[in-house]
Amino acid sequence: MPFISNTDQQRHQMLEAIGMTMDGLFADIPQELMTNSLNLPKSMTEQQVRSHLAEMAGKNHIDLTCFLGGGFYDHFIPAAVYSIVSRSEFYTAYTPYQPELSQGTLQAIYEFQSSVCRLTDMEVSNASLYDGGTAIYEAMMMALRITRRNKIVIDDSVNPIYRVMMDSYTQNLKIELEQTTSIDGLANREAILDKLDDKTAAVILQNPNFFGCIDDFTDIAQAAHEKGALLIVSTYPISLGILKTPGQMGADIVTGEGQSLGLPMSFGGPYLGFMASRKKFVRQMPGRIVGRTTDRQDRRSFVLTLQPREQHIRRDKATSNICSNEALCALTALVYLSLMGKEGLKETAQLCADKASYAYQRITAIPGVEAHFRSKWFFNEFVVDLPCDAADVVAKLIEKGFAAGFPLRRYYNDMENSLLISVTEKRSKQQIGLLAEALESVL
Amino acid sequence: MAPKGLFFTENHEWIKLEGDTATVGVTDHAQESLGEITFVELPIEGKELSAGDEAAVVESSKAASDVYSPAGGTVTEVNNALEDNPETINESCYEDGWIWKMTVKDKSEVEGLIDEQAYNKYVEGLE
Repeated sequence: MPFISNTDQQRHQMLEAIGMTMDGLFADIPQELMTNSLNLPKSMTEQQVRSHLAEMAGKNHIDLTCFLGGGFYDHFIPAAVYSIVSRSEFYTAYTPYQPELSQGTLQAIYEFQSSVCRLTDMEVSNASLYDGGTAIYEAMMMALRITRRNKIVIDDSVNPIYRVMMDSYTQNLKIELEQTTSIDGLANREAILDKLDDKTAAVILQNPNFFGCIDDFTDIAQAAHEKGALLIVSTYPISLGILKTPGQMGADIVTGEGQSLGLPMSFGGPYLGFMASRKKFVRQMPGRIVGRTTDRQDRRSFVLTLQPREQHIRRDKATSNICSNEALCALTALVYLSLMGKEGLKETAQLCADKASYAYQRITAIPGVEAHFRSKWFFNEFVVDLPCDAADVVAKLIEKGFAAGFPLRRYYNDMENSLLISVTEKRSKQQIGLLAEALESVL
Repeated sequence: MAPKGLFFTENHEWIKLEGDTATVGVTDHAQESLGEITFVELPIEGKELSAGDEAAVVESSKAASDVYSPAGGTVTEVNNALEDNPETINESCYEDGWIWKMTVKDKSEVEGLIDEQAYNKYVEGLE
């Protein structure tokens, strides 16, 4: 549908038809909220806009060798992914408004849900959420509804960006959000068990966690269940090719960022949140859910199911204000997973881990660079301490063609010189060697 | 036809008083309008309710409706059988399909509600 603005004459005609003035239409908005100017720049021609945008885009360093992670990763995307998802039949960001007419879209979402369940070892999944951060927030709200409690325990090894999002989402809700401080790169069990009580709705953890460290939360799941609380685990889908799944650990709700499944890294997204849970909690799950059924002629068909949870029916008591999903991103993840297959995903995960392990050896061998944690159990990211401010080092390495990692001081006060380095299957042995040499040269 | 002695609300709940306790459910008109009931969210035992509080949710394939408490008091028992067989409300809304039992603080609150005849008249007026 093209966007066609109304002409002054048309506006005039419409106002005349309803017997109103433009000011009259806006009369309910208090004067102090009205704006006199939108402070927009003067208009430009199409040609001027293009060159202006090209100039701005030119300031991006797009050719850096990427060792940056922290929730978004530079994985290889097979060309077939783009070719398939850009077919016009699929090319929509939304769940259709007359969903059952679009059987193909619903089938794709259904298969996406099935993939998420298989990846995480859970029973039900929804049609996706906006990103990993909103997914974890929605999981928290879901746990509060299920348990009818109001306390949440979250460890600071969960992605800090997600925690910032949860803080702002819950600012005006009566939720006790208790944070524990991780120890040596792992979730602080003692503090978690200490805070876990019969008011706790859920414990929220991440694996691999923000520092890249690997853990097994089976014990925490058991402890949470004994208190009637749930375990929510945020995960990195590629890692599930080789790691113990959240489902195997006894998690009740699993969320994650799906960008690593065939979506490019881009500032601001669009990204892909996913969520899966135990079947008994499905009615408290937010968002759209596609189900499989048979029609009157006994043909397989797909429907949007359990809609009374949703806001178009349940209004203010809906499980969430999410009424859409990241349909195209979810489709991309599905296509990626289908192309990779079980073996492909496993190989990718193993390559990430092996290359990260090699990078760890190379980088910690540099004089003055130390591993930050004692544990060597990491997936494809690890933390090193540099002899000087990590942000300065990162800036110097950009000039040498590397996005060397994420300086952790931004979210962890006591980690001034710490750098989070991420390695994917795309990095070659040579590139890792070059990073190590460049890093050594700027210290 | 509802059993004798029930009181009704205009939100389509019924309540049956027996001594100091009462049983609450939804009316035949309510179950009929909702269609096949697929899920019931029960109140928690021990929950304190005032008249008009949202106490339960009855969900069908078409809609989800709140069930409001017809009187003030404390929930003493919930019909757990509805978790597995919510359609019992369709089959037997006044008997096996009851939703919760409660103590009633002020019996006059219940006795002030409308009787079956008045309720039926009210429902006719809705159609």
